[in-house]
Amino acid sequence: MSLDLPKEIEPAIELVGIDKKFGAVHANKNINLTVAKGSIHGIIGENGAGKSTLMSILYGFYHADQGEIRISGKPIAIRDSQAAIAAGIGMVHQHFMLVENFTVLENVMLGAEGGQLLRKGVASARKELKRLEDDYGLEVDPDAVVEELPVGSQQRVEILKALYRGAEILILDEPTGVLTPAEADHLFKVLRVLRDQGKTIILITHKLREIMAITDTVSVMRRGEMVATRKTSETTVEELAELMVGRRVLLHVEKGDANPGRVLLSVRNLSVKDARGVTMVDNVSFDVRAGEIVGVAGVAGNGQSELLEAIAGIRKPASGEILIDGKPVAGIDPAGLRDLGLAHIPEDRHHMGLVLKFEEYENSILGYHRDRRYGRGAMLDLEAMRKDAEEKIAKYDIRPPNPRLKTANFSGGNQQKIVVAREIERDPNVLIIGQPTRGVDIGAIEFIHKRIIDMRDAGKAVLLVSVELDEIRSLSDRILVMFAGKVVGEKTGDAGEQTLGLMMAGIAA
Amino acid sequence: MDYFDIFIGILGSAIRLSIPLLFTALAGLFSERAGIFDIGLEGKMLVSAFASACAAYWTGNAWLGLMAGIVVAIAFSFLHGFASITNRGNQIVSGVALNFVAAGLTIVLGQAWFGQGGRTAQVPGSGRFTPIILPGADAMREVPILGPLYANVISGNNILTYIAFLMVPISWWVLYRTRFGLRLRAVGENPGAVDTAGISVSWLRYRALIVTGFLAGFAGTYLAIAQSAAFINNMSAGKGYIALAALIFAKWKPVPVMLACLLFGFLDAFANFMQGKSIPLIGEVPVQIFQALPYILTCVLLAGFIGIARPPKAGGVPYTKER
Repeated sequence: MSLDLPKEIEPAIELVGIDKKFGAVHANKNINLTVAKGSIHGIIGENGAGKSTLMSILYGFYHADQGEIRISGKPIAIRDSQAAIAAGIGMVHQHFMLVENFTVLENVMLGAEGGQLLRKGVASARKELKRLEDDYGLEVDPDAVVEELPVGSQQRVEILKALYRGAEILILDEPTGVLTPAEADHLFKVLRVLRDQGKTIILITHKLREIMAITDTVSVMRRGEMVATRKTSETTVEELAELMVGRRVLLHVEKGDANPGRVLLSVRNLSVKDARGVTMVDNVSFDVRAGEIVGVAGVAGNGQSELLEAIAGIRKPASGEILIDGKPVAGIDPAGLRDLGLAHIPEDRHHMGLVLKFEEYENSILGYHRDRRYGRGAMLDLEAMRKDAEEKIAKYDIRPPNPRLKTANFSGGNQQKIVVAREIERDPNVLIIGQPTRGVDIGAIEFIHKRIIDMRDAGKAVLLVSVELDEIRSLSDRILVMFAGKVVGEKTGDAGEQTLGLMMAGIAA
Repeated sequence: MDYFDIFIGILGSAIRLSIPLLFTALAGLFSERAGIFDIGLEGKMLVSAFASACAAYWTGNAWLGLMAGIVVAIAFSFLHGFASITNRGNQIVSGVALNFVAAGLTIVLGQAWFGQGGRTAQVPGSGRFTPIILPGADAMREVPILGPLYANVISGNNILTYIAFLMVPISWWVLYRTRFGLRLRAVGENPGAVDTAGISVSWLRYRALIVTGFLAGFAGTYLAIAQSAAFINNMSAGKGYIALAALIFAKWKPVPVMLACLLFGFLDAFANFMQGKSIPLIGEVPVQIFQALPYILTCVLLAGFIGIARPPKAGGVPYTKER
């Protein structure tokens, strides 16, 4: 399924018949791919489609069971990362592979020190960094400590690391997940410069918009197979989405006008500190009315998580007031808040939403285990729990439909559905949601979004926190933007991306 | 005896008591900076003390005793590495297990070979590290203040003491000025960064553990054939744990490690000195109070008086590639 390339363009990298199994899971099935030198090639697919496995094979983390990798036409064996680096392949991981308390310089040098003693390498690395900075517009202070840099700069360090090792082929795995729109734009600018100077770039993402914005060619993966390769200019978002999921997908959430009623959730002058005593939420006030969705936009780490946790009763506010249906809730624990009609879908399902080692039916009542329906006194009624779980499984199309399966064995999207089903099926009056679709595939996103809209239409108050601006924009009736712990502005649901992006970066109010 | 003489006396004793701590804490520094918690320092000290005492007794050569101590401690390091690096076992469990093995093995072998209830036989003078009088020590003695300090604190120690202090700048240099040190510090913070740079995480951590064994070997040897003249049951007596406390107290940095060990040594020496002495207004204080001082100090300091002690981020976590 490789793209027919014009004769004069030489391929930088060719994958021929790559096949990889993990036990019973067939992660990569007979993958063929050709990427032209000096191009940006996108690889798109849902979670678990096998994109990361394929790239890990290319970077020497895994070995393919079968197949061949050719670099510039020559077959090579990539036994480990060292071999990949030697072959001119550089990788920018989704979770940065940086030593946080090292300086930029030390991070760049690591593994390419140029001798037993550091002194000589330091001087030459400094010179080389300066050159890369000038050539590609990758400005970073070489003596800055990495953990003190903003995320966008940390990513630049990752790119510098690859270039310093002489990478000709750069693989980026979900590079924009942690960036502000402005940082993402900057990254794309850098990538274009790199391409124009002859580097080959492979961009792995699940964001269709990015594919359209920056790639020259794109391949779609689904369930371990490479199902299509297209020239970006000759395809559409709709076609790619359909190829990814295998069926037509509704990309735009359909919803009617909001009918806001009385105030159900009210936050008054709320301030929240984190464990270090740093003020994370700074004097924030807002209301959420019945029948509306209020979205909180912002780059991760600007206080949204702490705000959610304070409302959910997990984190004690430093000052201010939270009222549910007019009733102050200070000092009420999360269980008490649930009784008042609050439901919380936490940001991180692995750490807060689920116990991964539990079976599905156990998680589907987690937090509601004191409910009379699931048992009396100290005893749980397992029968009732399982029956309840089966109903939710059917209603939310959780797959596989097995309440006795360990939760860790469900895919991200299905795990999220377990949490969503648990909280929504309680029929709460106030629903607070953090990152409802993080690490969830397109099909499940569509489903979860519909459920959230249903809640609104049923007259519930919904507070939605998400770092995905698209999600905020398509679901929210009103949008609050948080920056550095403060709500820096409020917009209607149809606010433009650029306006919001500037507010998220703290530039405009 | 005036107060200054007492002070000099305590100081000299503090140095001698801090040496095994210093070697052990530096040993721990290398493994912990590489991301391997080593609660088994205590055991390494114990087996190397036993091995060095045996070797020194049989050969009559202190240096061969030292070599035996080092080799055995490194062997124990490899066991720890095999359990916690190769097989990704829990580092604390492995370390505690090795401590038990060390305590039992030394007694059993000691009883079998020497029949003295677990002790080894007395090591002859040639098999021990004896105090070295530095040139001019006697001549200097009469100089006020500096004289006694030189003669009684700086001079009159055995060679291992000087090696211990030499190890401090050497450790610093290795950690901060060499490729090995850079990689070692990196692997303790984010082994993923090391792995993706094409460096073997396992081999790097094994090498760190070899250094740990090497230094712990010095500590055990010091106990057996420098400070005493035989191996005695459980002669490490918790020093491995105190060294770990010193390491945390020093925030995993070489020079502060030295200062922390000297402080703990000083408290130890002070406790010994206060034995049976009475304090004005209070009277005789049970010696246990003074003996408990290093431990109390550790608790108080770790409870927040030194600020946040940030351990190497990947410490205690076996490295597995994603998925």
